[in-house]
Amino acid sequence: MADSAGAGRPLIAARMDHGHGTGPGTGAPVGSGGTDALGWAAVDGVLVLFLVVAAAGYAVALRASRVRSRWPVRRTVCWYAGLGCVAAALLGPVGQAARGGFTAHMTGHLLLGMIAPLLLVLAAPVTLVLRALPVRAARSLTRLLRRRAVRVITHPVVTAVLSAGGLWVLYTTALYPLMHGSPLVHALVHAHVLLAGYLFTAALVGPDPDPHRTSMAMRSVVLVAFIASHSVLAKWLFAHPPAGVGQADGQAGAQLMYYGGDAVDVLLIVLLFSRWYATTRPRARVPAGMRTGP
Amino acid sequence: MSIAPTGGGREAVTDAANGVAAHVGRRTVASGFLFGCGIAASMIDLFVFHLGLQWHHFYDLSTPEVALAADGVFHAVGWFITVWGLFLLADVRRRGDVAWRRWTGAVVTGVGAFQLFDGVINHKVLGIHQIRYHVDLLPYDAAWIGTAALLLLVGIIILWRTRPARAAR
Repeated sequence: MADSAGAGRPLIAARMDHGHGTGPGTGAPVGSGGTDALGWAAVDGVLVLFLVVAAAGYAVALRASRVRSRWPVRRTVCWYAGLGCVAAALLGPVGQAARGGFTAHMTGHLLLGMIAPLLLVLAAPVTLVLRALPVRAARSLTRLLRRRAVRVITHPVVTAVLSAGGLWVLYTTALYPLMHGSPLVHALVHAHVLLAGYLFTAALVGPDPDPHRTSMAMRSVVLVAFIASHSVLAKWLFAHPPAGVGQADGQAGAQLMYYGGDAVDVLLIVLLFSRWYATTRPRARVPAGMRTGP
Repeated sequence: MSIAPTGGGREAVTDAANGVAAHVGRRTVASGFLFGCGIAASMIDLFVFHLGLQWHHFYDLSTPEVALAADGVFHAVGWFITVWGLFLLADVRRRGDVAWRRWTGAVVTGVGAFQLFDGVINHKVLGIHQIRYHVDLLPYDAAWIGTAALLLLVGIIILWRTRPARAAR
């Protein structure tokens, strides 16, 4: 990646160029290479383990619940496509380039923070687990999901602050350069992005049973505020790229964030309204259900 | 309106049907207005001025921070009400026939209303961006605000001419 402004911050630029040239696992300055290389490899290992467990877990649950009614194929497809997006964002060529350049980093973040969570949420994993578990265990799980703590952590406002707020912290503080120097911070940031993205998407448009589902008005306002925050941050980054990112790279990455984010955001709006559309279906020609509106 | 009284004999049924008709009628106008405002905010600007004429750029780097935040909110609301308007239209459609002329009038009103708002508030008051750069703005502003007022007027006339007959009650 061409990195004109990076010259002002030689340490970060050097690290990034290194990561870009030699691939993940070796993206460290030569001095402390041993431990850092080990760290990057450990991060990749944990990620692969997570992907394998998630892939196998869904398959096991599908098998355990095969006596029940048919499970929609599209949900299964969504789950594995979602895991594929996570893998593509963090491993392989995108994940490798993301440690070097901002535009590639943003491609990875769109995959990891927006597209993967949406696909994973649409795969309805909680519903599948409830179908697969024996009745007693399923009841315990439902009780757990009804807990107050779950209500707080899955509230649209909380998830939006975790998700959008996390991005502001990442790109406007020293966290961004820090993350490229430390495998642990890198892993934590990405885990946060995926998890916060999942909770946010699930709170707004999740097909899973949600005992704490908030009103359409609440979800609408939160979604609009989230989209606004996303687009403001993208324009802010266009003018003020994160530390260590060159102007051209920063502007290309910011526009990718804006337009790529928009595409997913519009999809979220459509999903939000399609749920409203399904639940307000008129049952008769009398005014039943006419009062409800977004 | 599309949903006519079914029985004719029972008053309760007629009242209910009238209530539904009035509701569907309001929803038709709301759908068109939201969709009109929405496409004026989200699509016309993107496709005509950014991609077509290329008079606008992604961000002119001269916007004050308050206006940048306002712009983000308009952007989000623009997409939201576009989709909202279309879903309301789908809802009207599944409850009966759509009064397309009335809906179109509401769309034109919406486009005009948003464009007027954009021309006066966004361009002149907040200074989020201008229509075109490095030119004398007066003819551009006059054309933008003038067509906005014209669209608004045409839309309101269509809405007036397609208003539901009072005699039905």
